[in-house]
Amino acid sequence: MGDVQTGMEAKAAVPLVKVRDLKMYFPIHSGLFRTHVGDIKAVDGISFDIMPGETLGLVGESGCGKSTVGRAILRLYDVTAGTVEINGFEIAHVDRDSLRSKRPMMQMIFQDPQASLNPRMTVASIIGEPLDEHMKLSGDERLARIYELMDWVGLNREFAKRYPHEFSGGQRQRIGIARALALNPKFIVCDEPIAALDVSIQAQVVNLLEELQTRLNLTYLFISHDLSMVRHIADRVAVMYLGRIVEIASREKLFADPLHPYSQALLSAVPEPDPESERNRRPIVLQGDVPSPANPPKGCNFSTRCPKVMDICRQQEPGVFDFGEGRQVACHLYSESMKTTAEPTGGERTN
Amino acid sequence: MLTFIIRRLLTAIPTLVLISLIIFLLLDLAPGDPLADQPLSIPPEVRQRMRDALGLDSPAYIRYLLWAKQFFWVEPLYFIDWLAGTNFADGMQRIVSWQFRAPVFDIIVQRIPQTLWVVGLAYLVGVMIALPIGIISAYKQYSWFDQLGTFVSMIGFSVPPFFSGVLMIVFFAIMLPWFPSIYDTTLVVNDFESLGKQIRQMTLPVLVLSLQTTAQLSRFMRASMLDNLNHDYVRTARAKGMTEKVVVLVHVLRNSLIPVVTVIALGIPSIFGGAIITEQIFKVNGLGQLLITAIYANDLPMVQTLAFIFAVLIVACNLIADMLYGLLDPRIRYD
Repeated sequence: MGDVQTGMEAKAAVPLVKVRDLKMYFPIHSGLFRTHVGDIKAVDGISFDIMPGETLGLVGESGCGKSTVGRAILRLYDVTAGTVEINGFEIAHVDRDSLRSKRPMMQMIFQDPQASLNPRMTVASIIGEPLDEHMKLSGDERLARIYELMDWVGLNREFAKRYPHEFSGGQRQRIGIARALALNPKFIVCDEPIAALDVSIQAQVVNLLEELQTRLNLTYLFISHDLSMVRHIADRVAVMYLGRIVEIASREKLFADPLHPYSQALLSAVPEPDPESERNRRPIVLQGDVPSPANPPKGCNFSTRCPKVMDICRQQEPGVFDFGEGRQVACHLYSESMKTTAEPTGGERTN
Repeated sequence: MLTFIIRRLLTAIPTLVLISLIIFLLLDLAPGDPLADQPLSIPPEVRQRMRDALGLDSPAYIRYLLWAKQFFWVEPLYFIDWLAGTNFADGMQRIVSWQFRAPVFDIIVQRIPQTLWVVGLAYLVGVMIALPIGIISAYKQYSWFDQLGTFVSMIGFSVPPFFSGVLMIVFFAIMLPWFPSIYDTTLVVNDFESLGKQIRQMTLPVLVLSLQTTAQLSRFMRASMLDNLNHDYVRTARAKGMTEKVVVLVHVLRNSLIPVVTVIALGIPSIFGGAIITEQIFKVNGLGQLLITAIYANDLPMVQTLAFIFAVLIVACNLIADMLYGLLDPRIRYD
């Protein structure tokens, strides 16, 4: 066991997912001839690493580009620029056929468990379809694998012949998870997997995800706007604002002492369970709306709403400042005390 | 499903009775005299005898009940006799057309083949063309193909057949004498030469009619595909690593076809209804042409019977469309 442990730790030094300067622009066409007049910069140059077995939480308000990051990493969109490396394979710019053969190692759990399942397919065919496409299994092996997956996610085997609409939301999300696990993936993007579920089911699904992570040594990118859930499941957390990562830090550091003004505002909005401290909580209320990603402000993206805005913020884009232990903040407030670093580093696993 | 069908069939009975009554009353209230075509030299007493023979002066409810008895009782008995060689309907009065002085159903049976060949084939051709156009237009939205499809559909929607039909005749029958402008019903297909002739005389009416079907259905198919292409399950299929062919033709197409198939089923009565205008232009003596001449001639039994048959077909195809929905979409159950 000890050897295995050290072996795993040595391997853990290499990140499983390496994202560098990822950009995802959606072109805007308008006018008489539908000419290209601009881009919606949904993701505008983000970089991060995810270590094997780690869960990286990705938080931010609606429309900041969280889901786009998840989809672009798995090449469900054709990325505009940047590189994505998963398990040593470059994903962002390979051709479709070699991408398809890499699909088994990276999977996604979608937000809406109703819409993400084909209504005309039974549970068995939803889970079994990727097996037909990527593995050569006999009928019995295939059925055994489907039953095994259903056992893992806690679905009754008798439900295999039913259709998605016959299940509750939580059960549907379990089908989605079983489907994602079918091909033994290493990396799973969880795109707000619990946002469409009610609270009692949310906890069950999150616990299931954690249990599967331990059992199958999965690596998660956990996209959510539910900060308390991210605090529960993530090892490290990246905070996004308008297409950029403003802060990335270990869960403890970020929740105890957020450095970026946006992270501070975001975290101050989380209610405290203790009524005493809830009474003393002073949420930072940001003024104004998120600027349009088609026309982001000059300088720092957050400069239009930042409570600590300085002159330089409106002129110059802030660099990324490294605080060590995988903590990075993109803010001019720290430009005097810190030096810029170009290379993002993965965090240590905190247990 | 069976109880659903039986329930629907039972509710269809009062619906159809009501429809037949409304058709009858509309025709009865409409102005016009079936004997108006007869020469003015006929003496009034003879004219009166003709009216009595046709039963024109009997009260409306008697004429209606007589028609209903003939339609629902005598004609089915004749059909059974014809099928099985029995003699149930001997001596019973069938529905007789005033203008042809022959049983209405005999004439309808004569006219159905032309209508089915021309209008039915046009519908089939229209569907076969519309589905691929709709699929490709949606998959490559805003491409030149999609724009072209939109343009052609707009033409199909907005140009009425009395214009496009005449245009076709001018171009392809007069300027380029490739196809005949008149459909020859007496043509008997018994060898390759006559088959070629039949195909050539069907081409123009089929073209005109299928343009309209294509225009409507391809738009519908496109909209349905676009609706499904944006669904999350398509992204799921791509994330599973399915080939693009499987994603589009299995996942998206099968779901998109559900509403389209029902629309196709609902369009079937219009085939039997014939295409009144197109049949007139190309002189195809099908059901549409039969209906319009019967209206001109005040041939009330014929109009009443044809209109009611169309109503039955519409009710039946509605039921079929609902059943197809239940078969194709597992979310819909009729239990």
